[in-house]
Amino acid sequence: MSAPSVLYDVPGPKAKTRNAVYTVLFLLALAGVGWWIIATLAEKDQLTWQKWGPFFTEGQVWTTFIFPGLLNTLIAAGLAIVIALPIGSLFGILRLSDHVWIRVPAGTVVEFFRAVPVLILMFFANEFYSEYTDVDSDYRPLLAVVTALVLYNGAVLAEVVRAGIQSLPTGQTEAAKAIGMRKTQTMTNVLLPQAVTAMLPAIVSQLVVIVKDTALGGAALGFSDLFSQIRPISNNYFANTIATLTIVAVIYILLNNLLTAAAGWLEKWSRQRKTSSGTVVKPLDDGNNEL
Amino acid sequence: MFDFLTEYDILGAFWVTVQLTVYSAIGSLLWGTILAGMRVSPVPIMRAFGGAYVNIVRSIPLTLVIISMSLGLNQTLGAALGGDVLTTINFRLAVLGFVLYTSTFVCESLRSGINTVPVGQAEAARALGLNFGQVLRMIVLPQAFRSVIGPLTSVLIALTKNTTVASTIGVAEASLLMSEMIENESDVIGLVFMTFAMGFVILTLPIGLLLGRVAKKATVKR
Repeated sequence: MSAPSVLYDVPGPKAKTRNAVYTVLFLLALAGVGWWIIATLAEKDQLTWQKWGPFFTEGQVWTTFIFPGLLNTLIAAGLAIVIALPIGSLFGILRLSDHVWIRVPAGTVVEFFRAVPVLILMFFANEFYSEYTDVDSDYRPLLAVVTALVLYNGAVLAEVVRAGIQSLPTGQTEAAKAIGMRKTQTMTNVLLPQAVTAMLPAIVSQLVVIVKDTALGGAALGFSDLFSQIRPISNNYFANTIATLTIVAVIYILLNNLLTAAAGWLEKWSRQRKTSSGTVVKPLDDGNNEL
Repeated sequence: MFDFLTEYDILGAFWVTVQLTVYSAIGSLLWGTILAGMRVSPVPIMRAFGGAYVNIVRSIPLTLVIISMSLGLNQTLGAALGGDVLTTINFRLAVLGFVLYTSTFVCESLRSGINTVPVGQAEAARALGLNFGQVLRMIVLPQAFRSVIGPLTSVLIALTKNTTVASTIGVAEASLLMSEMIENESDVIGLVFMTFAMGFVILTLPIGLLLGRVAKKATVKR
């Protein structure tokens, strides 16, 4: 039997006892923390049915607050990825250009928007629209959130596209050259279609980041997304702050884990597909795409 | 036109950003390393806890984590983290939130670093009779850390940018000052934006360059 990990041996009788002791100790510690949390919650009167009940028995809290908020979150995230993709692809391709005077400015723009915090982009976009355009103030937060997310994620996706194209075997470009394709033809007919399948998992993973970032709009610009429903809900249901925070967090966790699972499934699918080159761009491993 | 530069304490605001980043980075490194240790430990319940913690906390928007600290932990449950003034309390709450969130990314980077250490290293250590804790502490983690300086640098840069979220609970860091300035100085919003954007470029660029060089030097050549 092989060891479960290279870091330790298959446990013998002594190690088994030791592990059992650690398990018990760890469970006790967890139970202690859990008990402390529950006791504090109970003391602060946060565990009553009055506060948790509405989420399970009343449809109204879902139809008035949570579903409309969730819908706005999804609209903003969907718009952001749909607009950011073509922009990101364009800049990713420009960064691979043979001409320095195209490559360098495109690279500068991409690096700049990757270095600037999304929240600052949001503040700026919001103020810009209110000063210089006559956008209806109902739609301004949505517009500002989408603009900021497009600028930031366009820059991140540009890097994904670049990595996707560079991950293709050089034989693809060479074969395209050999049959007389021009540079643009090589890109649009050979490299890009293959790169897109390789990038799909990374793009879906980026969607998780975008969904999380929409909450910034709810907090800073008053965009009525899922996050911004926390205060209205707890104001309407007996100050059930903890219950509301928990339920909203659970919704985000489910949504994001669903997207992550989809990314994993896509990765498997594009690996198995016979027509693709079998390369897969991992979600950018450089943390720049978190938040 | 550039009057706004002297009217506001921009450097002071960025100093708070730096402080938030440094404290959160130290905390995340510690808690992230402990989490990574749990995720590779021989005790199944610890592995399960580490995995669940990382998967859950990583999926929650950072904004929600930070607001939960203020709205939940402080205002509802009354935890003050030893602070007596509201600014101190909010600063500490923000740091706690950043540590809880960023440590998941530190943990995942470290775990991938542990996987890059050749099997022979751990096997040789076990053959010498070292136990799990010794293998991890003396053999595997030192090599793993050296190979993840690159990814950890990116986490640090992301953390620097993420500290702007602290403005949502009123910590007076750079983005809070910007949101105030951009409303007062509405005729120069482009300049205000560029000032703060450049501030962040100046903060993050040297980290990337410096630690990039360190990462190159420190990587174990195989």
